[in-house]
Amino acid sequence: MTDIAISAEGLGKRYRLGQAQDPYGRLSEVLAGTLRTPFRRRSERAHGADFWALRDVAFEIPAGAAVGIIGRNGAGKSTLLKILSRITWPTTGSATLHGRIASLLEVGTGFHPELSGTENVYLSGAVLGMRRAEIRRNFDEIVEFSGIDPKFLDTPVKRYSSGMQVRLGFAVAAHLESEILLIDEVLAVGDLEFQKRCLGKMDEVTSSGRTILFVSHQLPMIASLCSSCLLMEGGRLVAEGPTSEVIHRYQSGVGANAASVDFPNEASRPGDGIASLLAAWVENAAGERQFEYSLMEPVRLCVKYRVHERLEVTPQPVLHVTDSAGNYVFVTNPHDWGDDRANGPGDYLASVEIPGHFLNDGMYSVGVALNHFKSAIQTAFFERGTLSFNIVDRIDENEVRAVSRWGGRIPGVVRPLFSWQVEEEAR
Amino acid sequence: MNAPSVESIVIRPIRGWIGLGASEIWTHRDLAYFLVWRDLKVRYKQTAFGAAWAVLQPVLLMLVFSAFLGRIDGIGASGVPYPLFALAGLVPWTLFSQSLNGASSSLVNSQNLISKVYFPRLLLPLSAVASYVIDFLIAAVVLVIAMLFFGRVPPVTFLWVPFLGLFAVVVALAVGLWLAAINVRYRDVKYAIPFLIQLWFFASPVAYSSGLVPPGLRAIFSLNPMTGVIDGFRWAALGGPRPDTTIFLSVAATLAILVGGLAYFLRAERTFADTI
Repeated sequence: MTDIAISAEGLGKRYRLGQAQDPYGRLSEVLAGTLRTPFRRRSERAHGADFWALRDVAFEIPAGAAVGIIGRNGAGKSTLLKILSRITWPTTGSATLHGRIASLLEVGTGFHPELSGTENVYLSGAVLGMRRAEIRRNFDEIVEFSGIDPKFLDTPVKRYSSGMQVRLGFAVAAHLESEILLIDEVLAVGDLEFQKRCLGKMDEVTSSGRTILFVSHQLPMIASLCSSCLLMEGGRLVAEGPTSEVIHRYQSGVGANAASVDFPNEASRPGDGIASLLAAWVENAAGERQFEYSLMEPVRLCVKYRVHERLEVTPQPVLHVTDSAGNYVFVTNPHDWGDDRANGPGDYLASVEIPGHFLNDGMYSVGVALNHFKSAIQTAFFERGTLSFNIVDRIDENEVRAVSRWGGRIPGVVRPLFSWQVEEEAR
Repeated sequence: MNAPSVESIVIRPIRGWIGLGASEIWTHRDLAYFLVWRDLKVRYKQTAFGAAWAVLQPVLLMLVFSAFLGRIDGIGASGVPYPLFALAGLVPWTLFSQSLNGASSSLVNSQNLISKVYFPRLLLPLSAVASYVIDFLIAAVVLVIAMLFFGRVPPVTFLWVPFLGLFAVVVALAVGLWLAAINVRYRDVKYAIPFLIQLWFFASPVAYSSGLVPPGLRAIFSLNPMTGVIDGFRWAALGGPRPDTTIFLSVAATLAILVGGLAYFLRAERTFADTI
């Protein structure tokens, strides 16, 4: 059984909007308020609506995991990290953390511009929770990691370039010896080469069995660093799971299982005056709409649309399939239809089958479009990332696996079965 | 399950009063050390006189006081040269006023730390005050030199000086904790502090002897803890009247303010990051 490093239950954080807008309250206002309505509690008075920055968040993070937190601005990611760092207190719920915690919400926390590089390494280290002996032990390594010429170490950091300050700041943080590391969007700074070095260091951190919770908007960074992800939306935790799936869900911006979408309401239906989208879904060979498919089974993508008037040329449905990193896998449209097929007004169902043993395991998203030709080629609708489905590699059922005797993940966007030849050559 | 050796932290909403967290402060002692060290380093960095400022401030004030007030009859104590009398008042007063000012603005001056890292916030006013204790020790040496200059050898009672200094620090901290916590929410405090310190200065026997206070006001006057500190300091360094029992009254008043300030501070602590 794996140890749990962090567990949270019903975590919530409420801010009062009035308070948030006017943080520098004036004493006179409070006194005046007290005089006007002396019998009401202060908390009830003059405050606007409550705002829940975080609401009912629960999760468990196993020790040694690197977990990303993604979501739009204001989704509550930073608030969550601040609560776990004990910078601010939750309004409801609780969280339990096992092990020494270090949080890195800013690069160069505690730096003082007047102090020298050496002095700031010690100061920032202490601020981040390092013991003096620990800093001394790691000092040379920190300086080396930062790549700062040791001859500048006695110069006040106010004379450093901002890049140098960031590098020194991160170098200190990278040497924190804590069991749990909470990081907020700090790697967005610094040059590319240094970012790579930081990523390498973070990889090293997780492989040494420490737990990382990492907030970032840079999805590729999350994808390369974190094995699993939490997705936050409007202060709530809306998804958690393997990084590629959660990222995919975040990117497609859809709610729950999006293996099927319906547009029953005519007003909100995507389309132009000529054609509109009624529904789209993903189904298996038995016609069951589902989200998850085995690598070996075919996946059928279906589009239902309505054509409002008679057209000279048959309108063409187009499907755009992308992987979880946003790369295009393929675009497909019917190539064997005549121009006289299905061009009267009416409802149509178009479908295409992706054969088994074609896509690799992972999450895929489908964009649904319809083109028609009246005087020129026109797009009736193009809904990006409307559908998503997940392909899983059930290793124990996969006969191909049995032949290759390989149990790990096989990289690639596609996993086709090609025919191979092997012949003995004459020497 | 988890190995028992691993420390666990439970985060939950706190209602009502929370403890002092003395063990938390102890585990952060290295940070406390570096905060004091930073304050000292930064204070005199890029100044021409450096740490000499710790000496210059009370000495220059002593010179000004001697030039203008020293001529007034009966303002000092009989048998004590006025410059020495003034300096013996200024040394503890400087410790107090700087500590009060430092503690009150300690949280607001460390906004970036409060909103970005966790540590017991009490470390900020504590370390701000501690850095002025170093200045005080330097100033105390200057006082001894001045005494020798006037042909006085420090008496045995001089051993009381550290305790009276500590008392001044406790007074500054007692008031400073209140002001620091209020300052986070209401920046009025920033403007009130210089005024408060000035008012307090005139209400304390720094430039004049407490013997000048009319008997009718004596009781209120001795409620001011700094009266006890300064009178005690003069007694310890220069001899003269031993502080009477009213000093215990001001000690009790100070401790009451300190306990209240501590409780208020610890209660407000959890919202510092949200309101600062």
